[in-house]
Amino acid sequence: MTKVDSIKNGNEVGVAIGVDALAKSYGDVEAVKGVSFQVLQGETFGFLGPNGAGKSTTISMLCTLVKPTAGKAIVAGFDVLQAKADVRRNIGLVFQDTTLDDYLTAEENLRFHAELYGVPKEGLKERMDALFEMVGLEQRRNSIVGTYSGGMKRRLEIIRGLLHSPRVLFLDEPTIGLDPQTRTHIWEYIESLRKSEEITMFLTTHYMDEAENCDRIAIIDDGEIVAIDTPERLKASVGADRVGIGTQDNESAISLLREHFGLEATMSEGLVVVYVEEGERFVPRLFDGLGMTINSVSITRPTLDDVFMNYTGRTIRDAEASVSEKMASNPWLRRRR
Amino acid sequence: MKETVKAQSVEGNSAVIAVAPVRVARAGSRDDIRAVLMIWKRELIRFFRNRIRMVTSLAQPLFFLFVLGTGLSPVISGHGSSFNFRTFMFPGVLGMTILFTAIFSAVSIVWDREFGFLREMLVAPVGRWSLVVGKCLGGASVATFQGVIVMLLAGGVGVPYAPTLMLTLLGELALTAFCLTAFGVAIAARIRKIESFQVVMQLLVMPMFFLAGAVFPLSGLPRWLSDLTKIDPLSYAVDPMRRAVFHHIHAPTIMTRLLDAGVTWNGWRVPTLLELGIIAAISLIMLAIAVVQFSQQD
Repeated sequence: MTKVDSIKNGNEVGVAIGVDALAKSYGDVEAVKGVSFQVLQGETFGFLGPNGAGKSTTISMLCTLVKPTAGKAIVAGFDVLQAKADVRRNIGLVFQDTTLDDYLTAEENLRFHAELYGVPKEGLKERMDALFEMVGLEQRRNSIVGTYSGGMKRRLEIIRGLLHSPRVLFLDEPTIGLDPQTRTHIWEYIESLRKSEEITMFLTTHYMDEAENCDRIAIIDDGEIVAIDTPERLKASVGADRVGIGTQDNESAISLLREHFGLEATMSEGLVVVYVEEGERFVPRLFDGLGMTINSVSITRPTLDDVFMNYTGRTIRDAEASVSEKMASNPWLRRRR
Repeated sequence: MKETVKAQSVEGNSAVIAVAPVRVARAGSRDDIRAVLMIWKRELIRFFRNRIRMVTSLAQPLFFLFVLGTGLSPVISGHGSSFNFRTFMFPGVLGMTILFTAIFSAVSIVWDREFGFLREMLVAPVGRWSLVVGKCLGGASVATFQGVIVMLLAGGVGVPYAPTLMLTLLGELALTAFCLTAFGVAIAARIRKIESFQVVMQLLVMPMFFLAGAVFPLSGLPRWLSDLTKIDPLSYAVDPMRRAVFHHIHAPTIMTRLLDAGVTWNGWRVPTLLELGIIAAISLIMLAIAVVQFSQQD
């Protein structure tokens, strides 16, 4: 049993996950190229990146399911290499693919989990009741899971992952394959969970909008972490807001912007575009100082997509397209089902 | 790297349903035993919930016993004395029932792998041996149960319901069922695709069934066939059951000599206890192989 030896500086807030130069190679392919980061207790930490960037491999290493080829990771106070069972007892897992038994009822699935994780019998029923209620499945707890919809199954998996009161909950693409409405619900559950359970959550996603829900995110591309911070600060680091101006005469608008504001404007989709800090403060000055009629103004704040673009030079969709090409040409990487 | 500490965001959320955490005690062998029992129970729940499987897996033994058994009876009776060939078939059909049920149970691991549930078991903080033992006990229980249902047909094929015979058969069925499930689990540990199950059936299970002396007597066989029957583990499971049956009926001597010849090594008839010992030993070896295989998997 290895107690937390904090990898970095001394810590007042506990470190739930400490990772140091963790790497995984499959033959010549480096899936994860030595990543280092810390997740603090109570944090919701997101791993954001395109499919195939190494998100699932990293999560699998942290859950002791895949053996790292190099580096070190401490999860919930235990080393993933030396204290596998202790790590497993203290974490909850929600995988991309369902791992429920379709032939058992929801409650039987939970009871099965409780037995496997040695959950004490006293208090188990109360906890199951509360969890079923939390995700709105109390009416269907005695239904065979095979009759559940995709969203219900995911909700059941999330509460099953919580049944043994883990200190860290890992969610690998918790909303993949679900409709937008169900995705919103799942996030509401995750949000209420982090408040009620004081649990650390580590999740992966390739949905930009979902990553916004995290306290901090790490952007991972091609097996490396390219940025790590709060979503706000990451977006701020990209800098300027994008201001699109519609005018009668774009040519003169561009020269006037240069003359009066010292800004280099570009044309994009019929609009004159400039990048400025604090766009909403710039717009009044623009109306006062430009000296020509303005038909329309739009301000766009940078999104995490822009952040990804900024750090990797491509959009997440482009990145996924190139990965799926790679997968298509290599039958060994293709997923079943 | 900048760090943002998200501390004390816990206050002020009255809307949240309070869920009292449970404390999970340290692991011990008691947890492993709980896991064994749970996996055993799961097999039983799944079996008894699947009525179609119960019925279809009984159809095959009935066909063999009453159609094939009745069809072959005149051939045997040609020897001059009348003998119910179905009586001869009975132990073989018992063996067949548990063979197919046990293998089917064991191979459900491949389904569990395909549909993800195996992962839930493999990530649990319990010893892998407990998963394997639970699975083997579950499969063996289910197979024994099916065997018992076929056993109840004894009266219809001229086998008496003598308590000693029934208890002997029950014990032999249970041991064989455990052995076959362990064998199936050891194989299933290596199978990644459901399609491969067909290969296992064709190349392993069917030969095991046909070579076990389940449908034809082991006496008077050509050398090559006789040798094959001796390396079929199922032969050593069917023979004790047949011996028990013949011990309880009054068959003409010529029929007993012909049909209950048993497994012989160089003309020496292998005694029942040794046969059962062989089955027990194979059980342990297969169990060990299965545990090792699952312990190596992530």
